[in-house]
Amino acid sequence: MNLTLKIWRQPDAASAGAMHTYQLADVSEDMSFLEMLDVLNEQLNAEGEDPIAFDSDCREGICGMCGLMINGEAHGPEVTTTCQLHMRSFSDGETITIEPWRSDAFPVLKDLVVDRSAFDRIIQQGGFISVNTGSAPEAHSVPVPKDDADRAFNVATCIGCGACVAACPNGSASLFMGAKITHLGLLPQGQPERDERVVNMVAQHDHEGFGGCTNIGECTAACPKEIPLDVISQLNKDLRTAIRHGH
Amino acid sequence: MPDTVTATEASPTGTLDGDYDDAAGYYTPGTPLIDTKAPDGPIADRWQNRKFEARLVNPANRRKLSIIIVGTGLAGASAAATLGEAGYNVKTFCYQDSPRRAHSIAAQGGINAAKNYKEDGDSVHRLFYDTVKGGDYRSREDNVYRLAEVSTNIIDQCVAQGVPFAREYGGLLDNRSFGGVQVSRTFYARGQTGQQLLIGAYQALERQISAGTVSMHSRHEMLELVVADGKARGIIARDMITGEIQTHLADVVVLASGGYGNVFYLSTNAMGSNVTAAWRAHRKGAYMANPCYTQIHPTCIPVTGTHQSKLTLMSESLRNDGRIWVPKDQADCDKDPRDIPEEARDYYLERIYPAFGNLVPRDIASRAAKYQCDDGRGVGPEVDGVRRGVYLDFADAIERLGRDAVENKYGNLFDMYARITGEDPYTVPMRIYPAVHYVMGGLWVDYDLQSTIPGLFVTGEANFSDHGANRLGASALMQGLADGYFVLPHTIRDYLADGPFEPIAEDHPAVVEARESVQGRIEHFLTVNGERSVDSYHRELGNIMWEYCGMERTEDGLKKAIDLIRTLKDDFYRNVKVLGTAESLNQSLEKAGRVADFFELGELMCIDALNRRESCGGHFRGESQTEDGEALRHDDEFAYVSAWEWAGDDESNQMRAPVLHKEDLVYTAIEMKQRSYK
Repeated sequence: MNLTLKIWRQPDAASAGAMHTYQLADVSEDMSFLEMLDVLNEQLNAEGEDPIAFDSDCREGICGMCGLMINGEAHGPEVTTTCQLHMRSFSDGETITIEPWRSDAFPVLKDLVVDRSAFDRIIQQGGFISVNTGSAPEAHSVPVPKDDADRAFNVATCIGCGACVAACPNGSASLFMGAKITHLGLLPQGQPERDERVVNMVAQHDHEGFGGCTNIGECTAACPKEIPLDVISQLNKDLRTAIRHGH
Repeated sequence: MPDTVTATEASPTGTLDGDYDDAAGYYTPGTPLIDTKAPDGPIADRWQNRKFEARLVNPANRRKLSIIIVGTGLAGASAAATLGEAGYNVKTFCYQDSPRRAHSIAAQGGINAAKNYKEDGDSVHRLFYDTVKGGDYRSREDNVYRLAEVSTNIIDQCVAQGVPFAREYGGLLDNRSFGGVQVSRTFYARGQTGQQLLIGAYQALERQISAGTVSMHSRHEMLELVVADGKARGIIARDMITGEIQTHLADVVVLASGGYGNVFYLSTNAMGSNVTAAWRAHRKGAYMANPCYTQIHPTCIPVTGTHQSKLTLMSESLRNDGRIWVPKDQADCDKDPRDIPEEARDYYLERIYPAFGNLVPRDIASRAAKYQCDDGRGVGPEVDGVRRGVYLDFADAIERLGRDAVENKYGNLFDMYARITGEDPYTVPMRIYPAVHYVMGGLWVDYDLQSTIPGLFVTGEANFSDHGANRLGASALMQGLADGYFVLPHTIRDYLADGPFEPIAEDHPAVVEARESVQGRIEHFLTVNGERSVDSYHRELGNIMWEYCGMERTEDGLKKAIDLIRTLKDDFYRNVKVLGTAESLNQSLEKAGRVADFFELGELMCIDALNRRESCGGHFRGESQTEDGEALRHDDEFAYVSAWEWAGDDESNQMRAPVLHKEDLVYTAIEMKQRSYK
């Protein structure tokens, strides 16, 4: 198929960006979206134009490194990661608009590459269980009900790609944060630090410049791992409880 | 799938003419490696003894000691977290935007541990035995025993961190049997075990970053090792955003930088996985061991065209119910498989290996698929004139078990296949083909995980020590975490007990030389201004490696590959085209440096494969097989680790013949046996 691609180009964080238009021919429907960009980059390189920078690594839908706004939707028209989106989701002659994640808290570094280190700094504020290596009790000493373990797994599947933030009109990271708080809050190991965790993570979230949640639900609709919206209710509930406990 | 464990056993057969050497002229013989620092005594006591003998560093002195860790996957993140907790100054580096992206995250199956929760006969000794046997007796006994021994602690640690392993209704952990092993020792978190374990280690690491004991340098790439006065003392790294070349000095350096399967261009590895950190250390004196040992998985989604950037693995559990076949007649290859009648299909694994059928070990299943396609009976799209795919058919299973049962067992894999190929595997047979998945070779380390450069330690897939010629399923995650949480922190303290070390200055000749070497290479790539893209060279190198150093290797093929690599590399240095600047994010420049190192590694892999004139594990030499076409090992001549020493290169960037040091493998707790699947 033949495509017209409108792509955000920005030389670095300090420079202004602009949309550029490229024509690409002979795109196979078996290509992944990122392979289509690889082919475009080969073409640009041959023409002497700087290839387009974009992030990807595992290309198996699990590392969370890739992420593009495609025609205004985070990861494009399917509920999946950009690396698992294939060109058969598009048609011959189509014009496709490609932009980086939209969020002030994810500044653009170059072209389609953004800085998501704010997510790591949120985790640093309590997205863990404090256990030193070697001091763990025998694994079977703490049974966990299967339903809790299964639900903890379901929300622990968050890959930290940032689609939830990019899709949210408020630029909130509540789904990302709620997934971690729910995961650790469902397990007995996560209880001692539960109050402190939610208070500190929310404070960091706000400090990074993410917006507040108004339950619009675009986050869960765009999430490639289908993290449910109720993790945000859990986040709010844990926050209220922590405040009641005097945090 | 059964790697070795359920095989019947026969005594070793076959001898070679000891005077003949296929690799003569391609290498220089070196002195044997004798001291692996493994302790003496009964095998079960060795690790306890070593831990006791390793000197201590008092807590007040630890903060004066600094450690650089390159790579933050399972091995690197777990080591950084543990050493940070202990109070050392730790600096970590990864090329991704966050340590949570490391390729450990993609591991699907599970992690082994000798917990014996099922009381089905498992034990530390049995896990040790299965691993040595699975590696075709080409791993080091002491290291493997220790791996099995600490495996149980890993599960305790991960559970305490909140890793949501699968559980039974009573609230206790569930286990499954994996990789054809006859005991249920594999812990799992659906098909995403690697992700859950990595997130656990990542969270422990982030906790230490917050505590100030670890500093994290993401989007940084190590481009050179600093070896000063005979010791590893730092690295030269490039900030991939600003292009700044930075010097980071420390008392000790740890490489946890993963495997090099991307030398084949197409593999199941992440796009960025590369060999540069390890290769730069190799060029500075660290020996590279068993580089030719590559694990190839038979059940990957086939290539569809020349645009392909990577391959996707599907769990081998599919072979439990799927039947593998190709058309008997070449003329049927482009037909709809549903229109090919039963009598026109060749269920070749069931035909050749009636006892194991579709469950033959990975290497056999992989080679058999290649033979069918080479014979012109492959299916699926033609790429470069050949169809490279065989059918994995669930029609019988669906008829026998019902669609619902098949969906319950394999639903997520079927969905993944449908998403990538656009075909419905419930109605049309899946297509599979082998792909490179893991490398057992890596930098040589002693029992302490120290390389041949003092002060350079190597962990996880980046070292060679635990898997021999083949890795059992669910053992890669186990090794990464064993090294990082439980082995390295003990062995490195013995080295650090020699501190405080003399500080080295940024103008030390070794630092200056390393920085200049990095700058020189970057400048070279940006000024060649040739005709071809970096990716086009990488793809061509990958084709050479896959064709001649892939599933089957022969003397003629390997010699041809070495010639082709040398010629292509020469052209690369003269004719590569890298646009952009050094002072910015420049992904072509990053790739150019990695591909340059892949050229040298690729040549060494071929030389290693040429030297090893036997078949074992993931290394199948066409000249060494039984009359039935089975792999034939030669314990009498090849029960050694090949540890290669860098001998320098010439002005035209060609490698001088490397030096081969052999470490004899001695088994005291286990008896060597030949495998057979007939």
